Amino acid sequence: MAARISSKKKVFDQGRRDFLVAGLTATGGFLLGMPLLDVSADEAGATGGKIGFFVEIRPDNRVIIGMAQPEIGQGVKTSMPMLVAEELDVEWSAVTVKQMPLGLLKTADGYAWKYGGQGAGGSTAVTNNWAFLREVGATARHMLITAASQHWGVPAQSCHTEPGVVVCATLGARLSYSDLAARAAILPVPEEKPGLKDVSDHRIIGKPQKVVDAREIVTGQARFGIDAEMQGMRFSAIERCPFLDGKVEAFDDREARKVPGVLDVFPIDGPNPGEPYLILASGVAVVAESTWAALQGRKALKVNWTKGPHASESTAAFWKQAEQLLAGTGQVVRDDGDFDKALAQASRVVQARYEIPFVNHAPMEPQNCVVSVEADKAHVIAPTQSPSGANRAVAAVTQLPRENIHVEMTRVGGGFGRRLTNDYVAEAAMISQKIGAPVKLQWSREDDVKHDFYRPSGMHEMKAGIDEDGKIIAWTQRLASAGKYYRRANVEPENQYEAELYVDDFPSQVIENLRTEWFEIRSGVPRGSWRAPAHTANAFVVQSFLDEIAHATGQDPLDLRLGLYGADRELSYGQHGGPVFNPFRLSRLLQHVAKSISYGAARPKGKGVGIASHFTFGGYGAHAVEVTVESDGALVIERIVAAVDCGIAVNPLGVHAQLEGGTLDGLSTALNLEITIGEGQVEQSNFHNYRLLRMKDVPIQFETHILPWGDEPTGMGEMGLPSLAPALANAIFNASGVRIRKLPIKDQLKQAFA
Amino acid sequence: MIEFHVNDKPVSFDGAEDTPLLWVLRDHLAMKGTKFGCGIGSCGACTVHLEGRARNSCTTKVASVAGKRVTTIEGLASADGTLHPVQQAWIDEDVPQCGYCQAGQILSAVDLLSRNPVPDDGDIAREMTNLCRCGTYVRIRKAIHRASELMSEAG
Ligand code: FES
Ligand code: FES
Repeated sequence: MAARISSKKKVFDQGRRDFLVAGLTATGGFLLGMPLLDVSADEAGATGGKIGFFVEIRPDNRVIIGMAQPEIGQGVKTSMPMLVAEELDVEWSAVTVKQMPLGLLKTADGYAWKYGGQGAGGSTAVTNNWAFLREVGATARHMLITAASQHWGVPAQSCHTEPGVVVCATLGARLSYSDLAARAAILPVPEEKPGLKDVSDHRIIGKPQKVVDAREIVTGQARFGIDAEMQGMRFSAIERCPFLDGKVEAFDDREARKVPGVLDVFPIDGPNPGEPYLILASGVAVVAESTWAALQGRKALKVNWTKGPHASESTAAFWKQAEQLLAGTGQVVRDDGDFDKALAQASRVVQARYEIPFVNHAPMEPQNCVVSVEADKAHVIAPTQSPSGANRAVAAVTQLPRENIHVEMTRVGGGFGRRLTNDYVAEAAMISQKIGAPVKLQWSREDDVKHDFYRPSGMHEMKAGIDEDGKIIAWTQRLASAGKYYRRANVEPENQYEAELYVDDFPSQVIENLRTEWFEIRSGVPRGSWRAPAHTANAFVVQSFLDEIAHATGQDPLDLRLGLYGADRELSYGQHGGPVFNPFRLSRLLQHVAKSISYGAARPKGKGVGIASHFTFGGYGAHAVEVTVESDGALVIERIVAAVDCGIAVNPLGVHAQLEGGTLDGLSTALNLEITIGEGQVEQSNFHNYRLLRMKDVPIQFETHILPWGDEPTGMGEMGLPSLAPALANAIFNASGVRIRKLPIKDQLKQAFA
Repeated sequence: MIEFHVNDKPVSFDGAEDTPLLWVLRDHLAMKGTKFGCGIGSCGACTVHLEGRARNSCTTKVASVAGKRVTTIEGLASADGTLHPVQQAWIDEDVPQCGYCQAGQILSAVDLLSRNPVPDDGDIAREMTNLCRCGTYVRIRKAIHRASELMSEAG
């Protein structure tokens, strides 16, 4: 066995995280990681402890840091190991990062995380691991100091570290970590939590660090899910039913089987209407010797579909249903003060309706997965945001015990929430189980556009009562939507709204008389989490409506917001990203972006500026946008200034990248993206009719600013997105007098000026 | 049997002639750097060079490259590992996020710079049509300018 466990002591009482252990690797390295209780001979035999470690110091001075989270482009493969390296005190250039697989531990009462929670969702990786991973690094450093002090026979207090070296100033002696590794590995892990560096002493955290896999990526060596292989692997594709909840009635596979390389064809049964989704749709699977043969075989299939219960669903009918619902009374999910009375007393009432479409995730890497199901175990290599979800999906298909299902993660070619659901993993497991061989399932782009857990669509009715002084005294948001918790197991009907309206969002607790109401639109469209889920819709609606109020009452949109956000204080926030929300942090960002874009400057006709800000999952974001609307309605984005307050920026380069990317995601979506339904089918199919943003649409004048706050980081994957769309819509109004109340913008301006 | 060169090495393929070059590279030649994104010539993830010019390999039938020279992302750096200036610029400007589109972006940029050694922002906007879902466009633009400088310094 490569990694001998020298000690097993509880150092942190972190619930799921069990405890750290130290060990000596076969190559004489020092290893600090999670308990290697169930390391199989296979895993341990590879090299000095590939499984179960966070830190390994090799005899050649290389430092290997394990990274347990999925890397989907959000930069955790760089930022998380930075936390360890900082406290370990090594040169960042000496660090090699290794992706760890899913670590599940079977316990008496279920399953626990071997390496701490693993997943990419809700912008949580850095926040959740901020203390823990620094403590991992500090503990290792502490043990290296102890080893050195024992060797020299001096007190540990007389030793300190420089990057990669323990130094004793009294003796004038130095020993490198690699020379100490073998000694440190046999020491007991200290009981007490190690002290951590002061933020001002950080050498790695807070300093720009480049993407760790950059060289592999630019040379084509980085491995994504689509690149995975297994011995004896087959290739497969599925022709899925295009009708929402439709089924296979009959199919003719004679031509498909004639395609050279096609090995097998069989039906795949999807969920019944209303059931939770294990997979998205019924279909017919084609197994072949290559991807192309599978795709050609699939093309040659003739399938008759039953159209299912949503055959008449359309986008037009969807909006009609929303209007009918809004004419009635919904589920009141927040009711502060006395909204009706305040509204009756208002000297002015402003109201507006906004429409948010369904949106596709469209990660660049289409869904795919390699699975090998055997009689007693399974092996999965998947581009997933939720490796434990992948494990559960295969368990559900195969009935194998979860601890016998090994899930490996690759780099992921984009997530955006799509890969929080592992339907494609379940499909691959079904096929592998049926054929008794490893299989790669490859989705086409058309599959990916037509079968998704789309971002929910809804109609928001906003109404505000304003008193004589221009103060907002009553506020309501009434949302009719097809919510994301549709068909979600374990969500009660009365809690469905929780994914659509985050009841502590601004302006609750700021406007005294406030009511929020939700209505469920019935639809067969599958829904799920899309980057910054309901924040995208709600930021657009609230921040657009504030502008409408400002214009209707002759107030400046910036001043109105600053007045509402108020002084530096913490409001309670009970949803994800809480427990507190400080609206002053939005004020600070808004003033910054407003100044940067010369918000108050006079602009020629046709030019305008707009601002917006939003609190998303613990982080704060703001945008200022300058546009020109030509006399024919042509829209030019002249300039974007984006700012974020994510506490401490662990990796400023990564934060800028997320802010740029999030902003452009917001722009892409606001300008052009929508999924529409006709006759029970998704009408878009590929990038020609689902038109993502390209280089030509990106303004040359585009700045991103980081405004640090306090001494802890928030996440950064989602905060850069929500305020872009309302800032853009507000700029368009300022430039043209046309109010965008329906996304995407598409050719609305052209029509307005036609 | 279709014979051609990939990254200066002779290769052959004896499957269906209408197989797209993309899948021949990935499934048969085990060269995974070239990526699949759309299959309809819209996203550029599958960009390779055919006789030195950028080309979508998903819509290029393998029969059409018989006797020709194909370069993929794996063949862009020198044999000694020295990166092409465009690859170097991509690292210098920290372009990649998920990284999936970047092989195609780089090969498109190499093609652009070979025809237009000092492109301005307008040229880049017009010519760089590859999709990046992560939105790395700002840094791609910077990296192309940087690569242009690196290449002119190198003469
Ligand atoms: S995969 Fe070839 S252009 Fe998209
Ligand atoms: S880096 Fe992710 S698609 Fe471009």
